[in-house]
Amino acid sequence: MIETVVGTMILFMAISAIIALETKDLLSSIISVGAIGVATSICFLLVGAPDIAITQMVVEVLSLIILIRATIRRDLTTINGDREFFGLTVTIALIFLFFLFGFKAFLTLPEFGTPAMSQFIEAPSTKYISSGFKETGASNIVTAIILDYRGFDTLGEVTVLFTAIWGALAIMRVYSRKKRKNKNSHE
Amino acid sequence: MIYPLCFLLFLIGLYGATCKKNIVKIILGLLIMEYSVNLFLILLGWKKNGIAPIIDQSTSHEVFIAQSVDPLPQALVLTSIVIGLGVLSLMVAISIRLYQRYGTFDITEMNKLKH
Amino acid sequence: MNREKKTGMSLIVQTVTRWLKGFIFMFGIYLAFYGHLTPGGGFSGGVVIATTFVLLTLAFGRERSLSKLGKVLASVLDCSGALLFLLIATLGILFGGAFFVNFLEKWFPSVNFRLFSAGTIPLSNISIAIKVGASLFMVFIILAVRRVVEVGGRRKLISTEFFETSEKRKDK
Repeated sequence: MIETVVGTMILFMAISAIIALETKDLLSSIISVGAIGVATSICFLLVGAPDIAITQMVVEVLSLIILIRATIRRDLTTINGDREFFGLTVTIALIFLFFLFGFKAFLTLPEFGTPAMSQFIEAPSTKYISSGFKETGASNIVTAIILDYRGFDTLGEVTVLFTAIWGALAIMRVYSRKKRKNKNSHE
Repeated sequence: MIYPLCFLLFLIGLYGATCKKNIVKIILGLLIMEYSVNLFLILLGWKKNGIAPIIDQSTSHEVFIAQSVDPLPQALVLTSIVIGLGVLSLMVAISIRLYQRYGTFDITEMNKLKH
Repeated sequence: MNREKKTGMSLIVQTVTRWLKGFIFMFGIYLAFYGHLTPGGGFSGGVVIATTFVLLTLAFGRERSLSKLGKVLASVLDCSGALLFLLIATLGILFGGAFFVNFLEKWFPSVNFRLFSAGTIPLSNISIAIKVGASLFMVFIILAVRRVVEVGGRRKLISTEFFETSEKRKDK
């Protein structure tokens, strides 16, 4: 049951991805990407990940607002078409080869419905599930993992977010410090 | 057959990121790739008739151990989504600067080393 | 009435925003505080808190939200959230013997299914929520306000007001 629903959702996502990449209007393509994000959130909710569903939905809203405010009305002449012919054919041939090899690899995975990461006996997730509640006292096991067992992971995530945000702020700065000082001295 | 569908979505995003001229479409292709990878990782942890990895006061501990889905990929993806938003804002900032420099979003026009 | 001072969206959006902003903010705080008991956590709570200020900016204009959370305050909150998370992790060395040890749960075992349980996990959630909310609001205010405008044949990056008409820009 869930397999067919999730498969239909992924087909819907593929169709809206093609629409997003091939349509001429930039606003329509950004809204199609929003449809992909909402379908992803519904899939997360179906396969038992409510934390991720909430985060995905809210992040989707914020990223759509940033994309629309930052790009719309900036380029009135819409740019169509792909790159030159030779490069395009080579790229599509490479993507097709990648698909053939990847398809073979994906067929070796275990069937949908058996967790692939806890196949062997000493897998970490079995320990997290069985003794996570007793050891940390948090009933949400995902929070227990990201803030207690795998705290270094979250520390690296905070560092990456910090660097990305301050990099964006440094790129968008209007005047450099030297110029501003000169301007103030002229006035 | 669900995992190859995720791979197909990834390849659509790869096509957008490599073959498009408009820089906004390249950003959208990267976003599609990110969604497909997140979805694939979450689907790897699904157990048949599973429940969310959150202990309720009503469910007993043995039932929870037997039925809970894998929480480890969820913890990895939760950090990856928020990083994706930070990286998206960095990409948008760079594209705005490129627009200010060249006056267009077409990447085949951006061919000068120094302006 | 006075059309010159009117910024932002229409009256309907402004009224609904005035009613809903408190509830959205409360929901973000709830997600961050109860992240160890229910679905949620620091990341989603922080993004919801940032979304409240984004909604204020879209409905009322830039000045209204910047008077609530200025740029300097946002950057201070950003850095202090990250440092608070690092401080909680470092206190584990002092009291627990290793980095990222849940020392509060080790020394004071608490009753389960309560708000004050699970040791340092709620504190880390709150610090992450502060960090994510402040930094995402800051990057939104920078990215959405600055626009590329042609001035005398050269393109310049200028910070403009939201929903500004072209006639107003000419007057300046």
